[in-house]
Amino acid sequence: MPVFRLALKSLASRRFTVSLAVFAIAVSVMLLLGVERIRTEARASFSNTISGTDLIVGARSGSVPLLLYSVFRIGNATNNISWRSYRELAADPNVAWTIPLSLGDSHRGFRVLGTNSDYFRFFRYARARKLVMAAGKPFDDIFDAVLGAEVASALGYRVGDEIVVDHGIGRIGFASHKDKPFRVSGILARTGTPVDRTVHVSLGAIEAIHIDWRGGTPVPGARIDAERVRRMNLQPRAITAFMVGLKTRFATFAVQRKINEYRGEPLLAILPGVALHELWSLMGTAESALAVISVFVVVAGLVGMMTMLMSSLNERRREMAILRSVGARPSHIFALFVFEAMFVSMIGIAVGLALLYAGLVAAQPVIEARYGLFISIGPPTFTEGIYLAGVAAAGCLAGIVPALGALRLSLADGMVVKS
Amino acid sequence: MDRLVDLTDVTFRWRSNLPLVLDIPAFSVGAGERVFVSGPSGSGKTTLLNLLGGVAVPDAGRISVGEARFDQLSPAKRDGFRADRIGFIFQSFNLVPYLSLIENVLLPCRFSARRRARAERRNGDPAAEARRLLQRMGLPVDSLSGRRVADLSVGQQQRVAAARALVGSPDLVIADEPTSALDEDARTAFLDLLFSEVAAGGQTLIFVSHDRRMEPLFDRHVALSDLNRAARPGADS
Repeated sequence: MPVFRLALKSLASRRFTVSLAVFAIAVSVMLLLGVERIRTEARASFSNTISGTDLIVGARSGSVPLLLYSVFRIGNATNNISWRSYRELAADPNVAWTIPLSLGDSHRGFRVLGTNSDYFRFFRYARARKLVMAAGKPFDDIFDAVLGAEVASALGYRVGDEIVVDHGIGRIGFASHKDKPFRVSGILARTGTPVDRTVHVSLGAIEAIHIDWRGGTPVPGARIDAERVRRMNLQPRAITAFMVGLKTRFATFAVQRKINEYRGEPLLAILPGVALHELWSLMGTAESALAVISVFVVVAGLVGMMTMLMSSLNERRREMAILRSVGARPSHIFALFVFEAMFVSMIGIAVGLALLYAGLVAAQPVIEARYGLFISIGPPTFTEGIYLAGVAAAGCLAGIVPALGALRLSLADGMVVKS
Repeated sequence: MDRLVDLTDVTFRWRSNLPLVLDIPAFSVGAGERVFVSGPSGSGKTTLLNLLGGVAVPDAGRISVGEARFDQLSPAKRDGFRADRIGFIFQSFNLVPYLSLIENVLLPCRFSARRRARAERRNGDPAAEARRLLQRMGLPVDSLSGRRVADLSVGQQQRVAAARALVGSPDLVIADEPTSALDEDARTAFLDLLFSEVAAGGQTLIFVSHDRRMEPLFDRHVALSDLNRAARPGADS
């Protein structure tokens, strides 16, 4: 096609306006793919947060709040489960293992989770992956703490460091348990799940730091020091929730029903997969709103390009007449404009990809640190390829409108533009 | 002398309900002839040029350029024939602003394999032929090559346009008021160059202008108002 290189040179001569159009498309492509990528990664990371757990049990509320506080460490439980009920239900013959969870305290903004050593044995995330210690070992002493990878890296802790647990979950606790400091006994390897943002201590420790507290404040004059507390009975009176692994999956619904109908206190057992799905569909609306917005941004970018080409039509009438005089067919004139639109879209896509990857490289550590979401940087996926092909095709289509305008003008003008 | 251009009973109107703008019973130009066509505005000049270039077709009558019957050929064939056989020079703004000097001259070679082949045969390489023509037109190619064509003087631009009309030796060169934007000296120099190149290539030249002072320089003079029965002074062409 003789006008292929003409299109490139014509664009090069209008660098400034062309680069604005390219930039608009690039930003829209970056947004489109960025949203798509974060959506995919978020979904993957989301479904990776818990694995192998058949039921999660908490005080009766809703399945989403229960999932949020027990797995995502977001929000609070409205009520606890008594230790007695927990032991009774855990003794069910269908139950293979349980992991008790006791929440409510924090350390410099990170949630503190009271649990036992079964957590390190039975908890699974992603595709049945076990928790691995990056350094040190699981807790052993009452005042041992095991840190999630993010807690350790954000606060710069190492094994052997001393930390103080704050009461409550504000970023700065109103009151702290500074009379009973913890020692970091181990640091977990990164999991890309909320575990990374959790400080793990034993159930006994949770009991110990609250032993001289009533109603959220230390009882005046009743201070019990850390050494004395070790000799006391630290059996918890209640826990927040527990995870259940069954011997056979077929028992899931039977055990769930048994727990939900438990007479001792009102409890709720949920299937994590179902609750995750429910939670994701809540976010799905926002997610599809984002996708729709980014599609419209792409449309806006392409309309910008179309405007640029349309507005150049009149001043290019002489150019078209010259091309006609040297033998260009009307189809060449048409193709010239379509090629220009195509190149602008292609360059826009290329620049958009470059911006996306630059953005990912820059944002990856921030997103991981802030939201615990690990965005992998790989080549464009098949879906993204389809999106890009769609943008390129839409770009060529957007070129048809100005190309038709050019065709019409050129046919009317012939070789001589009367002015 | 062989006839290169031949018009017989050609009529043209823009739309069927509008009056005729062109009604030429007979007009022909011999091969190698240099014809001066004088035409004030309103005499149908633009229409004639579009017909000769095959961009427009007559409502009736026959137009042939060489072996091509423009009144019978498809638009694509006419475009191809124009690219191969006809070089145009217009009054002004002849150049594509985003192309270099050489690229402007080589434009016809982009659309016509025949002219590319001829330019190659003449000088081994179309770009070398473009250079030769520009040099013949008195343009110092090397010192101008870095300039944007829009920065050239009007006279220089017209000489680039002439080189483009001549590249690849088309049979017919049609010039439409190419000198009207030039001053007296530049006009004479331009015509000398154009004539000598056309003569060297054995090409036919149709030169349209309202400036009859140039008339004596040509083999033959035709007044468009005599040729065109539809011409009415002051009527829109």
